[in-house]
Amino acid sequence: MSAKPKFAMYWAASCGGCEIAVLNIHEKILDVDANFDVVFWPVAMDAKYKDVEAMEDGSILLTLWNGGIRNDENEHIAHLLRKKSKILVAFGSCACEGCIPGLANFSPVSEIVETAFSTVSTDNPQNVRPQPHYQVPEGEITIPTLYPVLKTLEQVVDVDYYMPGCPPESHQIAAVIDLVIQVLQGKAELPPKGATIGAGNSTVCDECKRQRNVKTIKEFGRIQFTHADPELCLLEQGIPCNGVATRSGCNARCPTAGAQCIGCYGPAEGVIDYGARLVSAFASVIDANEPAEIDRILDGLVDPAGQFYRFNLAGSLLRAGKSAFKSNGG
Amino acid sequence: MTDSFEPVIIGFTCNWCSYRAADMAGTARMKYAPNIRLIRLMCSGRLDPTFVLKAFVGGADAVMISGCHPGDCHYVEQNYKALRRFHLLKRVLTQMGIEPGRLKLVWASAAEGAIFADTVNKYVEEVRALGPLDWPAKNIESVSTPIMEKVAA
Amino acid sequence: MTQRITIDPITRLEGHGKIEIFLDDAGNVANTYFQIPELRGFERFCVGRPVEELPLLTNRICGVCPEAHHMAGAKAADAVYHVDIPRTAKMLRELLYSAFYVTDHTTHFYALAGPDFVMGPDAPVAERNILGVIHKVGLEIGGKVIQCRKYGHTVVEMIGGRKVHPCTSIPGGLTKGITEEQRKEIEEMGKWAIEFAQFSLKLFSDVVLGNKAYVDLILGDVYTHRTYYMGMVDENNHINFYDGKVRVVDPDGKEFVKYAPKDYAEHIAEHVEPWTYLKFPYLKKVGWKGFVDGKDSGVYCATPLSRLNAADSMATPRAQEEYDKFYKTLGGKPVHQRLATHWARLIELLYAAERWVELVTDPEITSPNFHAIPTEKPTEGVGTVEAPRGTLTHHYWTDERGVVTKVNLIVGTTNNYAPISMSINKAARSLIKKGTVVTEGLLNMVEMAFRAYDPCFGCATHSLPGQMPLEVTIHDADGNIVDVLKQFVG
Repeated sequence: MSAKPKFAMYWAASCGGCEIAVLNIHEKILDVDANFDVVFWPVAMDAKYKDVEAMEDGSILLTLWNGGIRNDENEHIAHLLRKKSKILVAFGSCACEGCIPGLANFSPVSEIVETAFSTVSTDNPQNVRPQPHYQVPEGEITIPTLYPVLKTLEQVVDVDYYMPGCPPESHQIAAVIDLVIQVLQGKAELPPKGATIGAGNSTVCDECKRQRNVKTIKEFGRIQFTHADPELCLLEQGIPCNGVATRSGCNARCPTAGAQCIGCYGPAEGVIDYGARLVSAFASVIDANEPAEIDRILDGLVDPAGQFYRFNLAGSLLRAGKSAFKSNGG
Repeated sequence: MTDSFEPVIIGFTCNWCSYRAADMAGTARMKYAPNIRLIRLMCSGRLDPTFVLKAFVGGADAVMISGCHPGDCHYVEQNYKALRRFHLLKRVLTQMGIEPGRLKLVWASAAEGAIFADTVNKYVEEVRALGPLDWPAKNIESVSTPIMEKVAA
Repeated sequence: MTQRITIDPITRLEGHGKIEIFLDDAGNVANTYFQIPELRGFERFCVGRPVEELPLLTNRICGVCPEAHHMAGAKAADAVYHVDIPRTAKMLRELLYSAFYVTDHTTHFYALAGPDFVMGPDAPVAERNILGVIHKVGLEIGGKVIQCRKYGHTVVEMIGGRKVHPCTSIPGGLTKGITEEQRKEIEEMGKWAIEFAQFSLKLFSDVVLGNKAYVDLILGDVYTHRTYYMGMVDENNHINFYDGKVRVVDPDGKEFVKYAPKDYAEHIAEHVEPWTYLKFPYLKKVGWKGFVDGKDSGVYCATPLSRLNAADSMATPRAQEEYDKFYKTLGGKPVHQRLATHWARLIELLYAAERWVELVTDPEITSPNFHAIPTEKPTEGVGTVEAPRGTLTHHYWTDERGVVTKVNLIVGTTNNYAPISMSINKAARSLIKKGTVVTEGLLNMVEMAFRAYDPCFGCATHSLPGQMPLEVTIHDADGNIVDVLKQFVG
């Protein structure tokens, strides 16, 4: 029997990018192998839910959970892994704040299903929709029930640590693994419960090497309609860049590559509602005082709610559009 | 929708003008609807859109922001910031399904007590016509989130 | 008395899945159902977003192959704006894509497929994993696999801005180019990749083709299906992952149709079943006849094997040699044995590496002309690429501001949903019969039917346990447990 502490990684409504980010620590995976016994990781090995159920409560030392809570199976497994794990980390943007699948929260879930099952290439004359319980000739088979609103991990279970990013950068993951191993060896202490780990305390602007001046925006542009100056702040050039409110830790990768920050590292330290922060930041630097001119400039932002809540909708104060909640009957 | 719906409106008032206007209305015993709960800020430019969202999530049916007239800001220009934020926030709220009529921005001066009272009364009726917002987030059962705790603290 | 075997969740793939196997009274397989339990709603929530965001949002459909979605999305967005991107931009995108293919096919072969062949399908479970592979062929291998993944992701980052979820493709081209210094580095890595690909093919040849038992397994009927095959080809009918026309050949290998990506809806339709969230694409002009093989059934396959079948040849010399050897060994075109997909994947790996070097040594690759500003009004566009797991189509409609009004996506593995279901069914039927004792070797062989399609993901390193823990619970019609079979569980 292995005396190594147990490790698990699970994905709910996510994309697999967090798993790839873990694998991109390259040789460092040897340290994970040397220090842990991987007992549950569906993408990579064949332990089943039954095996987790059979484990003793609290017997898994560290579980990295990525993915949002989209359906009842996701929530069930969240409760299961919470029970079986000592330390549960909301790993990646989906678990921390909903991430891209959280954008579904702008619409009722019925529309999600409707759209998927009536696209131009879908052959569905009888308007069949997926059924959570369906009787086939041989017996009843089931699929999970979608929730009206996608939830974050902390909205269903108690979370110990948060590791933001879509996905978390591999160098950050490597640093966290080093820390955990140090803790195992008694050479370091775990951060206080509830801490955000594997990320910085400032904003992306702090890591961005572009030159910044006082912003006076007369026009919001779209990145494809300009050859942006590679040395100058993108927001200053009117390209909507979310770096101003986004947590640091990624080395401002996207602005370095010429693309605007889309906010995948989540809210900076101390931010309560990420979208509200961005409303404030963007509005404050508009160069206009008359309502008509303000509106004219704002017309350049064609999708403000999407721009400001792109990764964060499910984890924001409002959490979803009103129509999404309505489908819950309340 | 019954007559018994009493809108709850949070009013963020600037210390130098609208709060004084409200004060003036009060000392002059001008009656205005009790539906509005006033919160004093030093300047309308202090209004963080987060406050508005917290108000809606906390049960408000509408939010009124009031600041000094353009050009009269005690801190020179910050009411213009409030104006810009208001315009952008409204667009975001509309996308979220919150009617634009639930967010109002008014300019007031310290001497305009009667106007302030009148504005409030009119707005209460506008919101009454819109109906309750009943933002569902507070009804969805969930573990108490650190976000909500941070805001409450 | 109906018995039922549930495998939940399916493991070692991207996403979630469940298999239900029903046995009849005699103990033979009555039917199988392969269910997909998730739906996130990209086709709905991308509506309302500016179209230039879609190559970024659709990255998040899959974090293993975001490069595929990024490219399909970028091409669709270009098409929406009716803009021709500069040659340098096209080459840079295809260069990134080729390096990604090298990484992705490597990950699948070594960690997921390799063990079954290098060690053998009924080798002791403890050895039937990447660790066993390393012990058998040398510790160097693990290091090479890690090196390959590192190189591939380095190229993705240099051109795409990030290692996961690239961000540099915009309507009209890219946000950045590469410097001569970067170009040199990419060339070095590309040359290494060619050697590594050849090494991998030699490994396959020595260990698999040199072993009669494996060859019999590959050629056997259990994993064979005669279906249509789809793949993207250039004007010479060479495989091209990034651009070209979509070609479909029939089960006899004859060209059935070759269409421009924008015409996909004339040729592909998606069948719906109420017991799963995923749909089943099929060839419209043949029709949906159920989960069956043959020329009269619209079921088609889109995998490395399909691409080799649908093309006439490979665009690069070394890969072409391997292509010829492949068909010579397996008795001509088309090849229907699904396990041969693993071999086909390695041939594609070699082609991708050769293409990598070809592109990076083109003199225009470092040109600063990597973006053309769109000038036409945005309307509608289709972008299609070959994802490692199949033909990937993004179709966007926008309003006059370029804000998305409608989206249709047909994703790589989705093409194969029907064939995978059929492969599982056939393998289960062949392996589980009246009186069969369900052993762990049998369980592995059911998994192998599934694994050949590389449904998006497999474990990539040797750090995970060699055992494949698997539990099969057999219930009778009253729900009583008749038997529980486990391997390395608990």
